[in-house]
Amino acid sequence: MSEFRSSPRRRVVNAIMTGLTWVAAVVATLPLLFILVYLLQKGASSLSLGFFTHLPTPVGVAGGGVANAIVGTLVVVGIASAFGVPIGIGAGIYLAEKKGAPLAVGVRFLADVLNGLPSIVMGIFAWELVVVPMGHFSALAGGFALGAMMIPTVTRTTEEMVRVVPTSLREAALALGYTQWRTALRIVLPTALAGILTGILVALARIAGETAPLLFTAFGNNFWSVSLNEPIAALPLQIFNYAISPYDEWHAQAWGGALVLIALVLIISLVSRAVTRSGFARAVD
Amino acid sequence: MRSTESARRFSDADARALEALPARMEVRGLDAFFGDVHAVRDVSMRIPRNRVTAVIGPSGCGKSTFLRTLNRLHETVPGARIRGQVLLEGSDIYAPGIDPVSVRRHVGMVFQRSTAFPTMSIRGNVAAGLRVLKAAGQRIDQEERVEQALRRAALWEEVRDRLDESALGLSGGQQQRLCIARALAIDPGVLLLDEPTASLDPISTEKVEQLVHDLREEITVVIVTHNMEQAARVSDQTGFFLHGELVELSPTAQLFTRPRDPRTEAYITGRFG
Repeated sequence: MSEFRSSPRRRVVNAIMTGLTWVAAVVATLPLLFILVYLLQKGASSLSLGFFTHLPTPVGVAGGGVANAIVGTLVVVGIASAFGVPIGIGAGIYLAEKKGAPLAVGVRFLADVLNGLPSIVMGIFAWELVVVPMGHFSALAGGFALGAMMIPTVTRTTEEMVRVVPTSLREAALALGYTQWRTALRIVLPTALAGILTGILVALARIAGETAPLLFTAFGNNFWSVSLNEPIAALPLQIFNYAISPYDEWHAQAWGGALVLIALVLIISLVSRAVTRSGFARAVD
Repeated sequence: MRSTESARRFSDADARALEALPARMEVRGLDAFFGDVHAVRDVSMRIPRNRVTAVIGPSGCGKSTFLRTLNRLHETVPGARIRGQVLLEGSDIYAPGIDPVSVRRHVGMVFQRSTAFPTMSIRGNVAAGLRVLKAAGQRIDQEERVEQALRRAALWEEVRDRLDESALGLSGGQQQRLCIARALAIDPGVLLLDEPTASLDPISTEKVEQLVHDLREEITVVIVTHNMEQAARVSDQTGFFLHGELVELSPTAQLFTRPRDPRTEAYITGRFG
């Protein structure tokens, strides 16, 4: 029976390998942990009620805040979703329903390329396409740049989620006298919705922190503005401007802003996880 | 034990009775293809009104494909096409200008696996087809039709207190009867059942079979099944498919006791398949 006894050497190798993967798993999470701890150390002292409710102040004037930047980020991200989400979902449904069509193959490839496009390029593109014709920076231009960045993520997630909806459900709807578009809209889309929502939130979390596409589109603004037609503040821009300034008090504000931004992104991620758990597993079953 | 002679008289009477009934559907010289694959070959079949027609045959014999040509679902698969005629109440459902969507409102279908819509309640599932009719301008008492359909599917008593709960909370057998209720709700003249009990336990299977038996007074049923005992229990006539061809179509009692074709006999006695 000796061949069934586990050899000491195998047990040692097994332990070493398990240990290595354990270390890799821990190291993978270290950067985020370090960033969080560092941000809390540096940024927590800047946080106060005023930080959330006040406008930025000139150097030397105490009590400045990022209220306009928080609102600005929400506005720009709102514009981005208003235009990126419907286009992304529509394109995703098309890709899933017409898998092999030449247009679908082309669009799928371009979406993947677009997904890997450096965000600064997207900014230049939006500048050329929106800012130049309009003649000035604007919230609209910033929203356009971020919306274009959302499209590939939303498209591909929608496609994946629509594809995992069983063919039998589609056929059941068709057999009931549903037209193809009604089947897609009333049966397939609701079934895939939780997954699509997760994709949208992931895309939102990603664009909320983008700086480069906003540099020459939304531009930034030190004053209150929610006008879509004017330059608008955004958290990443505010952080960037404060961080490259030579003033210590602005540096502190930058740390505070970074903390707020990462909290925002974390909240979006947590919400998306909750959405995934609530409906998705059930819908795919 | 009947003598052979009385069995012959019995089945001949069956055949005459079936022929005397008007045809709800009639298939003439039908071929169905998936790309280059010739799945159904020159099939002709008369489907009498308000009777149960069973279609049996080994896996891959084309029986499901045949069923899916009867409501024009076959053509929704890329590369699929047909040749021939399928008459519903005398008119060809494949004639130019006929909308497949409207054909499917007259020919309902239930599939092998439950297709309860996961995002809808029990009520919503049954009403799913009704909403299409409403959108098309028909005036419909939805509540009444939902209850009626659930009663016809023998499910009403089990779900009447939980109509607004998710359909996924039902057992497999209940979900399958829900799908039948959903198909019945739009009042089709024909109901196609594609191996409706293949994934059900024996008790649920018996309920569905009982249901099919009870329905035949009011609706024409075509049931594809793997299970020969099931065909024998529920149907009035049975067609045996092999390699895409309809080898034999006979009154059920005759097909299982005195098949005309040696291939049918080989199949039902278990020599292949």
